[in-house]
Amino acid sequence: MKAWLRDHGRATRDALRRLVSTPMASALNVLVIGVALSLPVGVYLAISQLQLFTRQLTGDPQISIFLDLDAGARDADAIEQKLKSEPDVGNYRFVPRSRALAELKRSAGLSDVLDNLKQNPLPDAFVATGVDSRAQTLERLRDAAVQWPKVAHVQLDSEWARRLDAALRLGRTAILILGLLLSSALVAVTFNTIRLQILTRREEIEISKLIGATNPFIRRPFLYFGSLQGLAGGLMAWGVLSVSVFLLNRDLSSLAALYSASVRIAGLRWDDAVSLLMFSALLGWLGAWLSVTRHLWRIEAR
Amino acid sequence: MNEALPRAVGTAAANTAPVIALSHVYKRYPGGFEALSDVSLDINSGELVLITGHSGAGKSTLLKLVAAIEFASSGTVIVSGQNLAKLRPAAVPFLRRRFGIVFQDHKMLYDRNVLNNVLLPLQIAGFDARDGVRRARAALDKVGLLGKEKAMPVTLSGGEQQRACIARAVVHRPAVLLADEPTGNLDEAYGHEIIDLFVAFHRVGVTVVIATHDRLIAEQLRTRTIQLVHGRVSDEAA
Repeated sequence: MKAWLRDHGRATRDALRRLVSTPMASALNVLVIGVALSLPVGVYLAISQLQLFTRQLTGDPQISIFLDLDAGARDADAIEQKLKSEPDVGNYRFVPRSRALAELKRSAGLSDVLDNLKQNPLPDAFVATGVDSRAQTLERLRDAAVQWPKVAHVQLDSEWARRLDAALRLGRTAILILGLLLSSALVAVTFNTIRLQILTRREEIEISKLIGATNPFIRRPFLYFGSLQGLAGGLMAWGVLSVSVFLLNRDLSSLAALYSASVRIAGLRWDDAVSLLMFSALLGWLGAWLSVTRHLWRIEAR
Repeated sequence: MNEALPRAVGTAAANTAPVIALSHVYKRYPGGFEALSDVSLDINSGELVLITGHSGAGKSTLLKLVAAIEFASSGTVIVSGQNLAKLRPAAVPFLRRRFGIVFQDHKMLYDRNVLNNVLLPLQIAGFDARDGVRRARAALDKVGLLGKEKAMPVTLSGGEQQRACIARAVVHRPAVLLADEPTGNLDEAYGHEIIDLFVAFHRVGVTVVIATHDRLIAEQLRTRTIQLVHGRVSDEAA
């Protein structure tokens, strides 16, 4: 057991020493791995950010019921009664046409144009929420409301958000594919690095076998090398992402200030970062394992 | 490791089972060349045995069969009671650790100093680093290279490299030393020194098997000599 631990220590030191002894090659490998990993993880971050955003928007999906322009107060009362009795309705409020016009004047800076209008072009409207936020509830409510008298148009506000959500799902699948492709690239990089190392250390491997080295003893430093290189690549990816998020947030905050909003991209969380590091180390290990298994059996003691 | 340690001369006579036993061993290579034909021999614990013959007579092949580097085409090779033909591949490294092997071309690793070369068998056997360094120094001291432990192998002379190779072969205290043409690349004076080293190890109870084509060694040693001619044992003299 002690000897086994000691050999793992030896393998780690050996791998580290070789990683450091060829700094340029190692740095380039780590860079390739880091870039390959930061790409899908970065897109993942952006998409989950957008998803969070749409979830906030769709958190309270609304339905807008616009009445005919000639609808009077009594028609509005009738619809209010219907909304009250409708079991699918959670909450509702009435937006009279005068208030809608006033809000439009205030928010859009169109007061000059709107002042010139002879009459208010906006209809009375009700804004209602469902008893729950399931899409079916709201769709049922919309289908019912369209039938009511003096209703001109019913708008389900969550529709665009749902479309965006579906688009984001598509994006997630796309990064999954991208991630898989780039992961195999990472495995390939490690595979080749280890292959070259085995070739240059052929003599050492041969002699070690001649004096009684077991296959695990010979394999171990290469596996550690692959894992460490992968780990370094993961750290590189983490660094690239952190710097990118920092830079983007700096620009984004000045952009958001113009819209008097506050938007921030969240960086990689700790647990995600640890998963990223473990994943990249695992990929490096896998590449090394494939390479060692493929190439080591050819070197037999002579 | 521990099973390689008992090797006292006194017990050699009492222990009747030979360390190395070949019976009716043939070795044919692809293409039909027969390197060994019907070779039978026993080597007892604590013996010093010379295997002589011209190059191509099968000396190296014989050593390779004993160290499980190659396997016999027919016949049995038994080392410390183990039939090598029935050895699992995973057990081969542990068999090899019972041997110290001295190569004609010394096979030093040129990317590390002499001490680290000698440490290699101990690292393979899983020795504690500090204990290992102590043992490696002791082995280098025995072959007279203690002052050169930090030197890189390329800076050593041929004789020094051969002595470093011997230090590496004995550092893990093997029961059996196998040497393939240990003086092949050396001039006579160096050759004598190397042979004296083998004799010294033999005196402390190590079984030593030396394959050589050098008649001078046979004259110097006057020990049991097995002569191979075209893969057959032609003459055995004690």
